[in-house]
Amino acid sequence: MIRFQNVSKVYARGARAAVDRVTLDVERGEFLFLVGSSGSGKSTCLRLALREERPTGGKIFVAGRDLSTLRQWKVPHLRRQIGVVFQDFRLLPNKTVFDNVAFALQVLGKPRHHIMTTVPETLDLVGLDGKGKRYPHELSGGEQQRVAIARAFVNRPAILLADEPTGNLDPATSVGIMRLLDRINRTGTTIVMATHDDEIVDQMRKRVVELADGAIVRDQSRGVYGAAR
Amino acid sequence: MSRARFVLAELATGLRRNVSMTVAVIIVTFVSLTFVAAAALTQMQIGNLKDDWYDKVEVSIFLCPSDSSVPTCADGEVTAAQRDEILAVLNSDSVAPYIDTVYTESKQEAYDALQEQMAGTVWAESVTVDLMQMSFRVKLKDPEQYQVVADAVAGRPGVDSVRDQRQILEPLFVILQRATLLSAGLAAVMIIAAVLLITTTIRLSALSRRRETGIMRLVGASNLFIQLPFMIEGALAATVGSLLALGALYFGVRYLIEDWLANSLQWANLVTTDDVLAIAPWLVLIAIALAAFSSAVALSRYTRV
Repeated sequence: MIRFQNVSKVYARGARAAVDRVTLDVERGEFLFLVGSSGSGKSTCLRLALREERPTGGKIFVAGRDLSTLRQWKVPHLRRQIGVVFQDFRLLPNKTVFDNVAFALQVLGKPRHHIMTTVPETLDLVGLDGKGKRYPHELSGGEQQRVAIARAFVNRPAILLADEPTGNLDPATSVGIMRLLDRINRTGTTIVMATHDDEIVDQMRKRVVELADGAIVRDQSRGVYGAAR
Repeated sequence: MSRARFVLAELATGLRRNVSMTVAVIIVTFVSLTFVAAAALTQMQIGNLKDDWYDKVEVSIFLCPSDSSVPTCADGEVTAAQRDEILAVLNSDSVAPYIDTVYTESKQEAYDALQEQMAGTVWAESVTVDLMQMSFRVKLKDPEQYQVVADAVAGRPGVDSVRDQRQILEPLFVILQRATLLSAGLAAVMIIAAVLLITTTIRLSALSRRRETGIMRLVGASNLFIQLPFMIEGALAATVGSLLALGALYFGVRYLIEDWLANSLQWANLVTTDDVLAIAPWLVLIAIALAAFSSAVALSRYTRV
């Protein structure tokens, strides 16, 4: 589903590579943790997969597309197959929960009846049924992240990228979010989650890829956060 | 359908958030396009006057009368040989292409014309046929090419003087040309201001909706869809500005020229409100082009995929 072939990313000439000759294969329906300290290149890998950045070396394939030859005007089509969740939720404060999720469909020009059925379904899936009329500031952090996940998933993308989705949440709330991501993963969605949270990684027992200084130092199925710790 | 509704809703939000900037854009486009149109109308006026008068004007080659102090007339009245020679020059390959017709006015005809024009005055009674000058009246294909004819015949024996009637009109055209230049210059300055202002306004609008556009990009909205509300915002403000400019010009021409100036200058064919309507589509087109150019510049940086 996602394939990195010897991918490097150097931001400024002469600077250390943010991503250094990474080769990685993520299968359809897989759940993968990307771990490593701050600045190890986790977020850059996610940005590369989204084509927010372009690699300085190597090739990237996402959902069957070669990103190096993908035309600029086709980038939106790529992104419709990828949902993204961030640490800081990125909700629109002046829109209700329902409208925040509906926004993702409206901007793709989806018909109204489709929005009216899909959004409540998705809110139900993430455990926010009945909260559609609330505003983001009226919700807890965990609930806000559920809204963000609903927005990322409402268009049923094949891939979900999550950049430290539990970074702002307490451990108990994080467990709830992880259960939700696991449920989404079981619908067949490929999930790549960058995280610092060792407890979560140890609990989930999924594939773990560890980055250090932009290079892969470990790739382990059913792994834990860090063998060295 | 839902797509259009969404774009319109975004547009309304954008306009509401930057009311003062939008008004500024409207005013600047209004002023700049008024100058553009004023320059265009002045040019049309010049065109009208040239059309009216240039086919009436001619170059007169006055031939030597019996007593003239001009050196080329030292031998006295023009001879038949000299006349033929001048006509031959006018018919030569280098001059003939510029000439439409040549009419020979005899002394008798000149006398008759004078008698008619000056009938009853002391002038008409004191001249005789013999005092009159014979002349060639040359009508040019392009009245601006006076110099070719003048250079060819001036200074030849038998030619007293060459006069271009167009020269009487020239000062008026110079004034109108300078007015056009001034108007176009002001228009250019104002257009630069308009482009900068529209660019800034759109940029501000895009910046204030960064959060929304950021999410739109992430969920895969197309570029056009993201940029459309901003573009329409700029285009709308510019179009309103151009319509105001048209309104101002229409009423200006209507009351200042048609109702007032046309009464005191009945000999001239002045611009009318029809001319204003004729340039109207162009003015709106210029406004939209300005807005399109400005938004392209502004948006290339802020809403890029």
